[in-house]
Amino acid sequence: MHSMAPPVLKPISLWRRFANQGATAFAILTAILVLAPLMAIFIYLVIKGVGAINWDFLTKTPKPVGESGGGMANAIVGSGVILLISSLIGIPLGIGSGIYLAEYGRNRLGDMVRFTADVLNGVPSIVIGIAAYSLVVVPQKHFSALSGGVALGIMMIPTVARATEEMLLMVPNSIREAAFGLGIPKWRTTLSITLRTASAGVITGCMLAFARVAGETAPLLFTAFGNQFWNLNPNQPTAALPLQIFVYAISPFDEWHKQAWAGALILIIMIVGAVAAVRITTSRGRLKGA
Amino acid sequence: MGVGIEVKDLNAWYGKNLSLKSINMTVPANHVTAVIGPSGCGKSTFVRCLNRMHETIPDARAEGTVKVGEMEVYGDADPVDVRRRIGMVFQKPNPFPTMSIYGNVAAGLKLNGFRNRKQMDELVERSLKLAALWDEVKDNLHKKSGASLSGGQQQRLCIARALAVEPEVLLMDEPASALDPISTSKIEELIFQLKQHYTVVIVTHNMQQAARVAELTGFFLMGSLIEYDKTEKIFTNPADKRTEDYVTGRFG
Repeated sequence: MHSMAPPVLKPISLWRRFANQGATAFAILTAILVLAPLMAIFIYLVIKGVGAINWDFLTKTPKPVGESGGGMANAIVGSGVILLISSLIGIPLGIGSGIYLAEYGRNRLGDMVRFTADVLNGVPSIVIGIAAYSLVVVPQKHFSALSGGVALGIMMIPTVARATEEMLLMVPNSIREAAFGLGIPKWRTTLSITLRTASAGVITGCMLAFARVAGETAPLLFTAFGNQFWNLNPNQPTAALPLQIFVYAISPFDEWHKQAWAGALILIIMIVGAVAAVRITTSRGRLKGA
Repeated sequence: MGVGIEVKDLNAWYGKNLSLKSINMTVPANHVTAVIGPSGCGKSTFVRCLNRMHETIPDARAEGTVKVGEMEVYGDADPVDVRRRIGMVFQKPNPFPTMSIYGNVAAGLKLNGFRNRKQMDELVERSLKLAALWDEVKDNLHKKSGASLSGGQQQRLCIARALAVEPEVLLMDEPASALDPISTSKIEELIFQLKQHYTVVIVTHNMQQAARVAELTGFFLMGSLIEYDKTEKIFTNPADKRTEDYVTGRFG
């Protein structure tokens, strides 16, 4: 350095070093601020809920008012059934419309679909519950897991669609050109090349939508309705964890409060478990350097 | 075996912009033909018209007669069918990132409904050997992603991928411009080998490259084909003043 001409730029000042460290510290601080409430909720749930979780809680149905014991087994299974139905509705329709928006939707219809999806995303969940009520419950004349699944499925569509669109648009056009150049038809290119290239992001979008609706209570109030007993028929009123938590939380009984906490903890564990399971199974086939 | 290409009165537009003006050109089978010219002269557009890739860009269209062997490219032919018979290698290597090396080479076969595993294995091996990549990747065919290779290897992978569907013509749009000199010379050697089996049309803005690999060279300027002749003639004794100015480095 000593033999060269004098530097044009001044040496890095003390203030710049300080500002640099300050900015890094600020970024770390905000990250902690975001994580803190999440951790606080989870720890609080564990403290409040873990005491009421036992074998009975996981395998028995609720006891009538006045009797102690019982569990939420029917609600755990019911939530599983409802979420399965909603995923079967929301994920294929969401991915399908996302593909349309990204690959064919540079036009008026595409703009309309995009706008509608964004509005649907902002509609209060109870309104979507009412829609499912009038679409499924009224014609059938009874509550059911199916209607609950429809309500949650409708809620999943816009999230999945917009996430799919964004992820497909991130796939560079050179990848599509490579496929066209091989004489692969457009529909094949979209399904086997573009969507596959974007699959990690699309799966994240689906999981986000799933996690969001898994905790929804309002749309289930007059669709799945809840049930004190075992029911595996998707065409009958079905218990769901959020509903059970809601009913127990507003009850005057101490034991029910404890069970509501336990139910909330189980619900979070179910969501985290489902997301983790999907992540593990989908990352298994990943190649070196992909 | 390669087939010849006849281009008659080919015009191409981007929106209202006429970017290829009445091109006439005859490309002989099993030869390497280079297309040179300054940036924006229409040379890439020209080769993209030969396999109907041009029209995949919104608002782009082309008109004219292009005959590849016996096939009328702009007749009743389905563009997807045209592209199966005319392979293409692009400027930047573009392997499919989620697929293995094998998957990349087999993609054109698999996704067009080819199901014979044994024959596919043979075609993949043959294509990778033709592209001079086999020895470097044969132990990791299924384990490694196409994107994990170096830039030069990726481009040879893309050449193997294009060859696997057994095209009659191979179009190369500046295939070495994103590569270092060693990778470039490998690709050039490869082009030399390929003309035994295919008709090769290569776009390049590197005149030395054209001189090294091509028997015939066409010079494009502002959407027109100015001169088309034996490479040696173009570079040593061009008929047109503009060609001479370009190859002697007076502009472009």
